[in-house]
Amino acid sequence: MAVLIKLYLIFFKIGLFSIGGGYASLPLIKKLLCEGTGWISLTEFTDIIIISQMTPGPIAINAASFVGTKVHGIPGAIIATIGSVTPSLIIILIISFFYFKYRDLKYIKGVLSGLRPATVGLIGSAGISIATMAFWNGTIHEFDISKLDYISVFIFIISFIILRKFKIDPIKVMLGSGVLGVILYSLF
Amino acid sequence: MQKENIYKTLFLSTFKLSLFTFGGGYVIVPLMRKKFVEELKWIKEEEMLDMIAIAQSSPGAMAVNTSIILGYRLKGIAGALFTLLGTVSPPLIIITIVSVFYEWFKQNAIVNLMLKGMQAGISAVIISVVFSMAIEIIKGKRYIFILLMALVFIGSVIFDINIILMILLSAFVGLVDTFIQDIKKSKNIKGGN
Repeated sequence: MAVLIKLYLIFFKIGLFSIGGGYASLPLIKKLLCEGTGWISLTEFTDIIIISQMTPGPIAINAASFVGTKVHGIPGAIIATIGSVTPSLIIILIISFFYFKYRDLKYIKGVLSGLRPATVGLIGSAGISIATMAFWNGTIHEFDISKLDYISVFIFIISFIILRKFKIDPIKVMLGSGVLGVILYSLF
Repeated sequence: MQKENIYKTLFLSTFKLSLFTFGGGYVIVPLMRKKFVEELKWIKEEEMLDMIAIAQSSPGAMAVNTSIILGYRLKGIAGALFTLLGTVSPPLIIITIVSVFYEWFKQNAIVNLMLKGMQAGISAVIISVVFSMAIEIIKGKRYIFILLMALVFIGSVIFDINIILMILLSAFVGLVDTFIQDIKKSKNIKGGN
């Protein structure tokens, strides 16, 4: 029981302080889980990152499930996961309450009108960084044309054309690009 | 019956969305847009952008935050709990299984090739949705917002400026713009008289 409470509290903390999403939470996860509790080794920490890249879902939840399972089986995984999303749930519900209540006020509308274009810009930036990671096999800051992964660029272009031309479900495009990846990388 | 169906749809669609959020939280944007804006027409595009702005400036994972707001918007706190459950279940189930077969999974060549291909597909999906959304902003013909969009993009891609800082500045720009529009309007009314 004590272990479960500790799991909950530690992941609550990770959830609370991982602002800016994804990899922003890594240093804190490392500090609390490797150094603080000794629940996982440094190798396992690296494994969590690799698994997170290979599986869907946010890294904080992946870490919670992985560490929770290791420390206290399936109940551990569930408790750790609940812990990591509790801060989000509380904070987001409070903000949502005010957003839906006051979004029609003139000055709130003004604030939102500035946030929308900024959000589009930020999503664009996320798209670019995933694309460069795909095209240069993870070495983001090396735009060496000779190291370009042509298969990846090809899959990108095909996917992009299909998405723009047909109103197809993005999930199908993602699955299709995975299949195309297996075929093309095996052939060439 | 009707109510049950809405909760079921909320759970199942967020479950499916979460199952495909590879490569970071932003993938949720095109997926959510397709399902809730285009197919179900339960939320408007503008609203979705607001939700994403809230989600990314709050603590926690983007996909989780966005689902909570979505559920709350459609069915209050109960709705938020259903979408939250839908979003955390896939990673919870998958990781619990994967952590058992980890060594096999890590060295599986086919899994690796598939993920490599998917990474290219995912970036195409995100960039395509950004195209559509950027066109909407440009169609609005407010040059200040078109400029703001371009600056935030450049600020993030090239200069790696802190996201929260850019969000705060953009909110400020929107607010100041509203004040300026107000002053212009009241001047016009006076001029008209």
